[in-house]
Amino acid sequence: MPLLEIRGLTATVGDTQILNGIDLTADAGEVHAIMGPNGSGKSTLAQVLAGNPAYDVTGGSVRYDGKDLLAMQPEERAQAGIFLAFQYPVEIPGVSNAYFLRAAYNEMRKARGMEEVDPLEFADLMDERLRLVDMDASMLTRSVNAGFSGGEKKRNEILQMAVLDPKLAILDETDSGLDIDALRVVANGVNQLRRPDNASIVVTHYQRLLNYIVPDFVHVLVAGRIVRSGTRSLALELEDKGYDWLTGGASGSASGGSFAAAGQSAAIGA
Amino acid sequence: MTSSIDSLITREYQHGFVTDIEADTLPPGLDERVVRVISERKGEPEWMVDWRLKAFRRWRTMSEPHWPNVKYEPIDYQAVRYYSAPKTKKPLGSLDEVDPELLKTYAKLGIPLSEQKILAGVAVDAIFDSVSVGTTMKTELGKLGIIFCSFGEALREHPDLVRKYLGSVVPYSDNFFAALNSAVFSDGSFVYVPRGVRCPVELSTYFRINAADTGQFERTLIIADEGAYVSYLEGCTAPKRSTNQLHAAVVELVALPGATIKYSTVQNWFAGDAEGRGGVYNFVTKRGKAFDDAKISWTQVETGSAITWKYPSVILQGDNAVGEFYSVAVVNHHQQADTGTKMIHVGRNTRSNVVSKGISAGQGNNSYRGRVQVLPKAEHARNYTQCDSMLVGNRCGAHTFPYIEVANNSAIVEHEASTSKIGEDQIFYLKQRGLSAEQAVSMIVSGFCKEVFKELPMEFALEAQQLLGITLEGSVG
Repeated sequence: MPLLEIRGLTATVGDTQILNGIDLTADAGEVHAIMGPNGSGKSTLAQVLAGNPAYDVTGGSVRYDGKDLLAMQPEERAQAGIFLAFQYPVEIPGVSNAYFLRAAYNEMRKARGMEEVDPLEFADLMDERLRLVDMDASMLTRSVNAGFSGGEKKRNEILQMAVLDPKLAILDETDSGLDIDALRVVANGVNQLRRPDNASIVVTHYQRLLNYIVPDFVHVLVAGRIVRSGTRSLALELEDKGYDWLTGGASGSASGGSFAAAGQSAAIGA
Repeated sequence: MTSSIDSLITREYQHGFVTDIEADTLPPGLDERVVRVISERKGEPEWMVDWRLKAFRRWRTMSEPHWPNVKYEPIDYQAVRYYSAPKTKKPLGSLDEVDPELLKTYAKLGIPLSEQKILAGVAVDAIFDSVSVGTTMKTELGKLGIIFCSFGEALREHPDLVRKYLGSVVPYSDNFFAALNSAVFSDGSFVYVPRGVRCPVELSTYFRINAADTGQFERTLIIADEGAYVSYLEGCTAPKRSTNQLHAAVVELVALPGATIKYSTVQNWFAGDAEGRGGVYNFVTKRGKAFDDAKISWTQVETGSAITWKYPSVILQGDNAVGEFYSVAVVNHHQQADTGTKMIHVGRNTRSNVVSKGISAGQGNNSYRGRVQVLPKAEHARNYTQCDSMLVGNRCGAHTFPYIEVANNSAIVEHEASTSKIGEDQIFYLKQRGLSAEQAVSMIVSGFCKEVFKELPMEFALEAQQLLGITLEGSVG
């Protein structure tokens, strides 16, 4: 059973249709990269999977870990192991990162029928997680994302991911606005957390990130549809040629048969 | 979608029970006779009756203020009962004599009057309807010369102190509600901390309105003698009733040279139901006078009442006096609050600091009204005001009315204001980390109020935070 199985997913924001039938299958142990030009629906896909109420799902199905994902509340999805690293992490002034992280961590534990941890136990866990992602403990005493630089916010997302240890991590343009050092730290964190029993979906506009987080599969999203799937070489090809050679085919008939069924990505990848 | 900001079920007001207790209650209505009867019941000295009558006569010439940014049906002052006391056979001397029903009420409120609270280091004076029913830790405090008792007892045991300071900060002629209170107040708390003494525990009063159609008019007088320190906390609840109850209290603080008074309030009067029926009208005058090198600090967390009209203020009378005001005011459903502070700089090098956090949810309406006044002789006076509003949903209101009057060129007065809205994006972010909508709102609001909560005595900070969460339940889905 795949960890994630998306079939014919369509979604709108307001009156605008953004997703036009997405098919995607991801197994545990895999890293999938989703690439595409601006406005192609990459972030929408990420938000819809996390359950953002600003988007309306109008059709299709998503099964996650054997469950109907679309029937679950955002917090239930989170508790079931879905983590979204936000493109624009939100600021929560006055709430310390440590307090926030512990509250979130304990919610995850409660959902799994486990005891909550006290602040001391949690401090030990944080020490270890901070080392894993190579971040400074000063992150913990600051308010959640408030006054953080763009790079710090992204690193904070990765720290949260390291603490919450998701089964399916969705990284929404985590590389945008990062300098090369921050990019390395972020990628290193993701790679450290990579295991046979979890999966990642990495949404990015640029191939650059994929030099650090090497994907098993690459999907190209154009106008709300996956128009091509392949291995990492597809990303390199995109870097070379840009997106234009694919965008033309999005509405035409040429691409239809061979690439629309992105659910076959595993086969193509092999 | 924004429609998700609406759904969750509202938790019922937890303190909405009525205690079945025999009460000695005057019929509704107010005239000179009623004033005299109240005074008589309390066995007051002649000068006290005279003072009350002067206040009453003055009150009759005054009219209810309508400048606050609140709306309510006219109050019929002749329909209010001005005195209700739990019936007892003899005056209450110790806790053992208190009606067990009453003690049960306090237990329900989570205010154990006896040993537990003493262990927790809190001395409690409980005001039930209008009469003080028990003061804990009196003996212990007495050893330090600290007087902490009901107002009535203070009038009997320490009449000179009361006479000297009563009305010295809030004269009976001050305003409509203060005049009404001065005429009919039935009890309250009295604190005196002698020169150089640091009160070792938090002093605490718990107010409760129980009887129907009864107004509560308590009067609190706190005097910190030279160099003394005292921290005082009051909490307030009332049963759920479909009619409105009137609460017009007066609090006077006197901080003599070098003294410090810290006064904290957690106000959770019944706010009315989700449709805006019932609830307490909280029309309160609170003011302190700080002499040379003295400091008065007000901290308030206002989550209850249908209407709040309240401006805890400081007259910075002496040189180098310090005044502080930290406030969290929350309105939900149909609650209305017009609250803030007045900092009156009279002495030289006086400093004041104001931090106000207003939170509006549902169809609540929240106004900050603050006056900073620097008088001609207040050389180098300094004020900093920070006034932040947070909106939850899109049917509520937040308003700011700052008044600044400066008559001395060396003064520095700063006012900063901000308005923010709890965003769907913030809530979604926290939900994505596994928190429920309620936890998310509670966390965002607690963060917003952090600067004020940290001023509260530690054991009450948590309570305040929980109250806030309860008040806002149902405001976001």
